[in-house]
This record gives sequence, C-alpha cells and structure tokens, in this order.
Amino acid sequence: MRLLKTLVFVVALLPAAKLVLASFAIAGLSLGANPVEELLHEAGEWGLRFLLITLAVTPLRRLTGMNWLIRFRRMLGLFAYFYLVAHFLIYALLDQRLALGPIIEDIIERPYITLGITALTLLTPLALTSTNAMMRRLGSRWQRLHRLIYPAAILGVWHFWWQVKEDIREPLIYAAILAALLGIRVWHRQKGQNRRVATPVD
Amino acid sequence: MPNNSTPKILPSEITDEQDYLNRREFLRLAGVATAGALLSTACQADVSNAAATAGKPAGESNFSGGSLGKLQKSPFSTDEKPNSYEDITTYNNFYEFGTGKDDPHRNSKDFVSKPWTVTIAGECDKPGAYDFDDLMKKSTLEERIYRLRCVEAWSMIVPWVGISMATLLKRFEPNSRAKFVKFTTLHDPEQMPTQRRRILDWPYVEGLTIAEAMNPLTIMVVGVYGKVLPNQNGAPLRLMVPWKYGFKSIKSIVHIEFTEKQPLNTWQISAPQEYGFYANVNPDVDHPRWSQARERRIGTGLFGEKIPTLMFNGYGEHIAHLYSGLDLAKHF
Ligand code: HEM
Repeated sequence: MRLLKTLVFVVALLPAAKLVLASFAIAGLSLGANPVEELLHEAGEWGLRFLLITLAVTPLRRLTGMNWLIRFRRMLGLFAYFYLVAHFLIYALLDQRLALGPIIEDIIERPYITLGITALTLLTPLALTSTNAMMRRLGSRWQRLHRLIYPAAILGVWHFWWQVKEDIREPLIYAAILAALLGIRVWHRQKGQNRRVATPVD
Repeated sequence: MPNNSTPKILPSEITDEQDYLNRREFLRLAGVATAGALLSTACQADVSNAAATAGKPAGESNFSGGSLGKLQKSPFSTDEKPNSYEDITTYNNFYEFGTGKDDPHRNSKDFVSKPWTVTIAGECDKPGAYDFDDLMKKSTLEERIYRLRCVEAWSMIVPWVGISMATLLKRFEPNSRAKFVKFTTLHDPEQMPTQRRRILDWPYVEGLTIAEAMNPLTIMVVGVYGKVLPNQNGAPLRLMVPWKYGFKSIKSIVHIEFTEKQPLNTWQISAPQEYGFYANVNPDVDHPRWSQARERRIGTGLFGEKIPTLMFNGYGEHIAHLYSGLDLAKHF
C-alpha cells in the first residue's frame, strides 16, 4: 500500500513536473506562444480533473467493493487543491502581476472569475481540515463540512463553461462526468443503502 | 503540370522592378504549387528544385512559405519589433481548422489554396469570377507591419504582405449603392474539419462599411514575413483591418459582395451581446466577460507585463473620423 501510494503521488505530480520543465524549455518542452495562458489552462484543467477523480473514489468503492480505494481520497483531493491554488497563483502573479485593482474588478465584475474564486474558497477549509487530528476533532461535522466539495465542483465546471467562447465540447464532457458522479450518489441515497459509517481513513 | 509556369509578362508591366514584387518568381512558384498540390509525389523533383531556388529547404512541397520577392515599404508600418514567424504561424484563431490555438497550423497542412477563385457580386459594374493569380498580377505588394489585437486580449506585431484594398476593390467598379462590403470564407467541410460541426454559422462572414474598406490602412493580405501566406493564417488571401479586433480580418476569402444593407457578421450572429458589427479596438468598452483595457503581447514570455490597449489599436489618426457621432459603447 505504501508503495502504491508513493506511485500515485509521483504520477499525480507528473503534470506539474512537465509544466515546470516546459516553463524553462527543458527537454525540448515548450509552453508555446502564450506561456501564461498555457500554464493557467493546464493547471485549471488538472485541478478540475483531480476534483472529479476525488469524487469518483466513493462511487467506485461502492461499485467494486474495493474499500482500500478510500485511502487515496485525501491525497487526490489535496492534489486537486494543489493544482487549483497553482491555477489561482498563475492568474494572480503571472497573468495579473498582482495588480490588485484589476484582480478585484475581475472577481466582482467577471461572473466566471466570481464562480472560480467562490469554488476555491469553498475548497480551502476542506484542505485545512484534511489532517487526522482535524478529522477527530470535528467528528461528524467533518463529513458535513466536506460535502462542500459538491458545490465547489459544480461551480468549477460552471466557471470553465462560462469562459469558453463557442466550443463547449470540453466543459460539456466535464459536466457530464460530474453529473454522473453526483447522480450515482443521489441514486444510492434513494436506494437507502448509504449507511453513513464514519469512513476510516488511515 | 504547371500551366502558368512561363507567364508572358510585357516589359512595360514590370514596374520599378526593385521595389515591387518579382512577379515572374511569384507566378513560377504559383505554378509549381498547383502541380505540387495535384501531383505531390509525381512532381517531387520539380517542387524541391523550386523550393531550393526560393531559399527554402529542399523537399518542402508546400507552396505556403515561398518567397514573395521585393516588397514596397509602407509609412503605415509600426517600428515595433515583429513577433517571430513561429509565434505568428503557430498561435492562431482559425476555427475552421479547430478551436485550439495550435489546431490551425496542425490541421491546415494539406489545405489546397491553389488554384483559387474569388467571386465578386452585388452593387458593382464588374462582377464575376476572378482567378487569384490574375488579381495578383496587377498588384503592388507592400509590407505592412501592423499591430494585431485579438478580442481575447492578446496582441502581436505582424509583418504582413498585402495589397491596398481600395485599389483592389475599385477594379470591380462599385456603384453608388455599394454601402458595405461583405466577405465570405471558403466553405469546404472536407478540408476544414470544424465546418462539420455547427459551432458557428458556416461559412464565416465578415463585413465593413465601404469607407472602412477603402481606407488606406485596409489591406488584402497575401503573405507574412515576405513569404506566401501560410494556410493557418488564411491562405491565399485574407483581410486585415488593424484598428479592429482580429476576428474582423476574415481569412481564406472566396466571395466579395458589395451591398446596400449592413451584412450580419458570423460572431454577431453567434453572440450579438458580445460581438458587434464594428468591433473597433476600444479599451473603454469591455467584453461582457473580460476587460479590454490591457492586452498580453505574445512573445513576452512568462514574466511579461500586460500593456495598455490603445484606442483603435493606436490607428485613430487615420480612421477615428469614420466614427464621429457614433456611440462606440453601443456600436461595439
Ligand atoms: C475550483 C476552482 C477552479 C476550477 C476547477 C477552475 C478550472 C478552470 C478550467 C478548467 C479552466 C479552463 C482551462 C482551459 O480552457 O483549458 C479555467 C480557466 C481560467 N480560470 Fe479557473 N478554475 C478555478 C478557479 C479559478 C480562480 C480562483 C481563478 C481566479 C481568480 C480562475 C481564473 C481562471 C482564468 C483567468 C481562466 C482562463 C480564462 C481565459 O483563458 O479566458 N479560476 N479554470
């Protein structure tokens, strides 16, 4: 399990490593003509992907009975947060160069940015309370708190949807996957099978 | 085989040879390209031969990129440093070939832009079908180094090669009812993969007022960096109106129509609340979803700072008079 965890950790870091190498044009990699946009988009997409992968853990565990999958959930969720914080920092530091006026204007006036910042804000307490100690301290409230991932994911997909021009194929795919992942939960609940047992996490 | 590789050019036609296009070279390359497109393997020898003469790596069979020879300089050119050829030819919005910035250069490699016919219609005395090469024969090629500002808030400096739009359009003798000029892109879903999906109302259409079209800044582009226009940039001919957002400068034009009524342009049809007919670069009128006050200059790397966007992209002295009395916030 330890080995498998290390492996997942390394694989989850690969996209970030590739972006860092490309930023410095190492190993023939390149970010193309508009490197800031490329970094921003890649980090945003990987953040969203990890968010969806995290949301897939529980349904997959229920479907397959592979309960050990749960042990990867925290790491995957933290990787989602890692890529999304990077996404935000690329926006704030590289794209806007910390120009506070334009950043605040964006957050207030551009609905897609408002959605993005709301989603990231919702995810922040989840990252902060992801430790075992916090989990113990919060008890049953921990689970209720961590349901914030649902609205965060919806806002994240919505944010993606709103910033594309005409070709909505990609956000549509993410929206469909999210709808399926949430749909499974509703279905599960209706079947009355989800005895919520405090999930043992290592 | 090349049917126009030995054009008959009267000495009188070759005006001020040093400053103008070397037409013999242009037409010879054009002829080779036709052959190259039709018989790409059979004519490999000819093609690589011609490419070598034109200073290109031998074996490159694509016409796009062939040298256009000597070009007339223009006082309208900016002295800012142009973007690299690579940036200009790999970072494109040309939805017909895909919606990603790197899609056009990857998906347009086999696009056939020769032979090419442009049909002229509407309010003019000389409508008809014109061969692109014939149109070019009578034209003076100029280099125009222009700022290009995309509606997505990025910009480039591009050394276009083109001909004066006014000179070109006057050849078709527009009449007094010609108030607007409507341009249409090729519709060919076989070659342009995105046209098989309805993300826009194909074919792409753009329009200008007759005064905008006749303004000396407006050109019909046939090249970039002294070379034949690459497919991803709108081969073989595309519009360039440097004071408007890039989407106005329609690519791969097959049809030009003089109209009395204002034509509906494609992006306006698609999202009228976001894109208008005029689309003049204007830092004070934001796109509903993002600010137009600043722009990212391509080529400034990871740590480049955004620069302020200029009213009319900095070309106001030549064209601002066209919009006196017009509410630019309403007519965006
Ligand atoms: C849960 C939070 C978020 C998610 C899941 C997310 C995801 C994404 C995705 C998938 C994209 C599109 C990438 C592409 O087109 O390939 C994107 C673009 C973008 N995001 Fe986010 N994002 C989040 C939060 C934020 C925040 C907090 C900000 C800034 C305050 C932000 C600013 C942007 C910007 C500026 C773009 C690019 C828009 C453009 O190119 O026009 N995002 N985001």
